[in-house]
Amino acid sequence: MKDTIRKLKKRPSLVVGFCITLMVILMALFAPVLAPYHPIDDADLMVSEEAPSRAFWFGTDSQGRDILSRIIFGARISLIVGLVSQLLNSIIGIVLGLTAGFLGKWWDDLVMGLTNIMMSIPSLVFALAIMALLGPGLINVLLALGFTNWSYTCRITRSQVLSTRELNYVKAAEALGYGKIRIMFTQVLPNIMGPILVIATLGAAGAILIEAALSFLGLGTQPPTPSWGGMLATAREQLFSAPWISIFPGIAIFITVLGLNLFGDGLRDFLDPRTSRRQ
Amino acid sequence: MFAYAVRRIMQFIPTIVGISLIMFLLLNVLPGNAALMAGGKRELDPQLIERLKKEWGLDKPVHIRYLIYMKDLAQGDLGVSFLRHEKVNGLIAARIWPTLKLAVAAMLIALILGIPLGFYSALRQGTWLDTSSMVAAVSGVSLPQFWLGLLLMLFFSAKLHIFPTCGYGDGSLMHLVLPAVTLGVGYMALLARTTRAAVLEILEEDYIRTARSKGLSELLINRKHVLQNTLILILTTAGMQFGSLMGQTVIVEKLFSWPGIGSLLVDSIFQRDVPVIQGCILIIIVVFLVVNLTVDLLYSFIDPRIKYQ
Repeated sequence: MKDTIRKLKKRPSLVVGFCITLMVILMALFAPVLAPYHPIDDADLMVSEEAPSRAFWFGTDSQGRDILSRIIFGARISLIVGLVSQLLNSIIGIVLGLTAGFLGKWWDDLVMGLTNIMMSIPSLVFALAIMALLGPGLINVLLALGFTNWSYTCRITRSQVLSTRELNYVKAAEALGYGKIRIMFTQVLPNIMGPILVIATLGAAGAILIEAALSFLGLGTQPPTPSWGGMLATAREQLFSAPWISIFPGIAIFITVLGLNLFGDGLRDFLDPRTSRRQ
Repeated sequence: MFAYAVRRIMQFIPTIVGISLIMFLLLNVLPGNAALMAGGKRELDPQLIERLKKEWGLDKPVHIRYLIYMKDLAQGDLGVSFLRHEKVNGLIAARIWPTLKLAVAAMLIALILGIPLGFYSALRQGTWLDTSSMVAAVSGVSLPQFWLGLLLMLFFSAKLHIFPTCGYGDGSLMHLVLPAVTLGVGYMALLARTTRAAVLEILEEDYIRTARSKGLSELLINRKHVLQNTLILILTTAGMQFGSLMGQTVIVEKLFSWPGIGSLLVDSIFQRDVPVIQGCILIIIVVFLVVNLTVDLLYSFIDPRIKYQ
């Protein structure tokens, strides 16, 4: 325990990132308790575009809705996007990477060919292509992002499989008569979860940014559901007359993504001490 | 060298075929068939739908359509826009220059500021300069670009009246500054982090210790040994990340009403104009592949040990 605390003290980015992420998670979980107003129903045109005040800490938007409350509820959308998309990416990447590494032959060639092609398509562009097919909406964003970034997880999983396949404990499992699938999931997978978790954390940060960008373009979460990117999209028209409508949702995205990036970076150093010297 | 370049260009072909196949399947085959949705949410007359299908070649089976698409693509023909009734090649040709101008300007900002920032941070590891520049770098990577763009507009256009709010204008530098900075900041932050990590790694190498023990000046060591050896890693990262930069142009172009391929892509997505969507995506990826090829070919100039067989 003391050793872990000493290690954590050496990695402030891990601790700061974890605290920020935990804060955003708690904010999303307890949104109904924390938010002073309802994010959709409490619209009042009499108080539209009000500057920050004691009644409305972050001001109000063009429809008189409290920006603070919408930001608190908006955390739910961002976290769902980060979590679900990375869960999908991880499942696809792990299954393809494990099977490619273990089965080899034509399947390995096919998976690696597909992975290389996916890596040459920018994430945002691929997500846009899927959105072009599915149309706007949160579920479609989740699907688009869930199928976009699996290539990194797949590559890492495959390379780890290739290196661990020759280790003694895997050989021992083979000698004990374990089947390939059992070895994959009970011997190899638990040992490669560290790097996968790092990719997923950093990927979640990227997914939140892409969701915000898609919502900003009008392709993501649709109004009146409070999402940070969507809030920025509608705020654009009032940028000069009521800048607070643009400023606060942007800060929320920035802090959340920063927290996840710091946490992911810190976790990588924690799990692989060789890199910590360079960070 | 020439043979290597030709071989690399030949390697493009399977990648382009793979990408075009994935995009074609995505946009033409899967449920939701975007090709039939060009009418938006309006209920179209069935006869009109049949006529449009025939006119756009959608009445043929999918594999035939793909073969026709690939045959045209091999001849450099990206097809005809469903809604604009113009050649996609022409539409893209009119928009490619603003996009390239924006991407190159952003890349230059990132390279010119990011590399020195990372380099000096590493040389002064642990000082306030190092800490603050790395905090800035992590922050830069975490910034939503369109929000940064909005803030820049608010400050430099509305308050200080230095730069125009948006638009391409006459293509002058003044119109380019805000979009390029918006696009370049994240890229710059990433390059600064990569440079710092690479320099720290190289500073530990034996040949640096040898150079110091020979009594070479720090300036010479940094210039001759450190910078030259980090350039390959920095260039690789710059090339790899150029793809994501090209992707990000979509957002920045839309935000600043920049008449490039990115804004054409977004408009076409809303209009479900499949040939234009396919064409824009393909061109963005080809530009990315060409940049990476250029980076590959630059390796031998930076590091003479690398010889192309």
